Amino acid sequence: MAGRISNWGARHGHALVSTTGHLMRHGMATTLTVLAISLALALPLALNVVVRNVRGAGGSFADAIGLSVYLKPGTSEQRARALAAAARARADVASVTLITATQGLAQLRAQSGIGAALDTLPDNPLPTVLEVRPTASAAVPQRLDALRSQLAGAPEVESVQLDRDWAVRFDAIVELVRRLLWISALLLAAGAVAVIGNTIRLEIQSRGAQIEVTRLVGGSNAFVRRPFLYAGVLYGLAAGLAAWIIVALAGSALAGQAERLAAAYGGSFVLRGPSATELGTALGAGAVLGWLGAAIAAGRQLSRISPRSR
Amino acid sequence: MIRFERVSKRYPNGREALSELSFEVADGEMLFLTGRSGAGKSTVLKLIALLERPTRGVVSVNGVNTATLPARRVPLFRRGLGVVFQDHRLLMDRPVFDNVALPLIVADVSFKEIDRRVRAALDQVGLLGKERAVPLELSVGEQQRVGIARAVVSKPPLLIADEPTGNLDATLAAEVMGLFQRFNEVGVTVMIATHDLPLVRESGLREITLAAGSIDAAELPPMAALR
Repeated sequence: MAGRISNWGARHGHALVSTTGHLMRHGMATTLTVLAISLALALPLALNVVVRNVRGAGGSFADAIGLSVYLKPGTSEQRARALAAAARARADVASVTLITATQGLAQLRAQSGIGAALDTLPDNPLPTVLEVRPTASAAVPQRLDALRSQLAGAPEVESVQLDRDWAVRFDAIVELVRRLLWISALLLAAGAVAVIGNTIRLEIQSRGAQIEVTRLVGGSNAFVRRPFLYAGVLYGLAAGLAAWIIVALAGSALAGQAERLAAAYGGSFVLRGPSATELGTALGAGAVLGWLGAAIAAGRQLSRISPRSR
Repeated sequence: MIRFERVSKRYPNGREALSELSFEVADGEMLFLTGRSGAGKSTVLKLIALLERPTRGVVSVNGVNTATLPARRVPLFRRGLGVVFQDHRLLMDRPVFDNVALPLIVADVSFKEIDRRVRAALDQVGLLGKERAVPLELSVGEQQRVGIARAVVSKPPLLIADEPTGNLDATLAAEVMGLFQRFNEVGVTVMIATHDLPLVRESGLREITLAAGSIDAAELPPMAALR
């Protein structure tokens, strides 16, 4: 039994080694096929990198989002502090700054230069304000709306202001790119399967005599298919690696420019190239698509040269 | 070893290659299948090797009814017989060793055992030392012997050959026939389709003559009485 298993392992090893050798001997054809598949894998991978970077940048923009909670006139400072503490305790709130009416007036006086005019007012007209900043994960339209309505629920709150237009637009753009990513990934995956399938089909046709003899001496379908399936998986793995390298090179070529652009807007942004996880995904997707293309081609071609039944 | 019971074979193009053919081959027998081109010799061999299935009737080989054998068992069935072709069907881009080893590789035999048995088979056909040669470097007779080594390397109980001497001159043909006789002497059942009638007569072995897909009644097996 152990002998049979080791034979089985040796057979698979043999198929793998001989297939690899065959692909290496036909270097030019193999390179072209791998390149075609790698381009099909590179585009979705690149879009994924873009989405990931834009999401990251969006997270840093969340610092700029704030809700201004205006309290009713006459709310005591003690009560205002209690409300601020309650807001601060929420999971979706990053920080709360309490600006009392007095502080607000002082700020206004310092910044606006209308101090003389303010002095003529009999009372301080400004309300007490809580500046609430949501956490990065809460800085999405639905959660901001929920946060706003919950903050507005307290009896001391006069109104809550939220500028959420940009957040809605930003989210919509990211979502659009993400869907584009999926559609392109599906189409290009089908393209990769077609390229691999066609390559394997030609390969099977050119080795028709060998397949016929192999069957005649008792080679099973699995035995005949094995080297072609290995070839498909090897094409896919090589293409996954190539796609990752292409995207990594493109990313490093763009990184400098992206930082200059971010700097021009007064932000700091580091373009992150494809990750190790994405390399794993590219290799996995390549292997699965390669296997699929080869299995489809081998199934069709080999059933054609099976012995006819009655 | 082989039994044909009222076997008919009609190809999809409508040509009836065999009609109601019946015969039997005993274990360990060596015999010839003769007849003109198109008489059905190749079809008989194809039915035995399960390259085709009969339209009607029963073909049984080594106790297996080929009509009911499921497709997934066909590879295992084929490992029980060796086939030799007129055009030898070698893989021209592979060395002799790989060609002869193929039936053992597909049967998951260990590498060590393959090495031993390929050498033994090449020794039997007189080609020991040519393992690394590619078929194109060999003469026609040597190529045919590689084909025979491949057919016998897995020691099948049945050997079938389709015009194995068709491309060979008289000397080489006699040599190849001698090889078949030696395998037969160690118990292998051998069936040879040929139209090399002098060779058949000289051997004194049984002959099944086909005409239009049945046993030719006009031409009685001339040497049958001697057996």
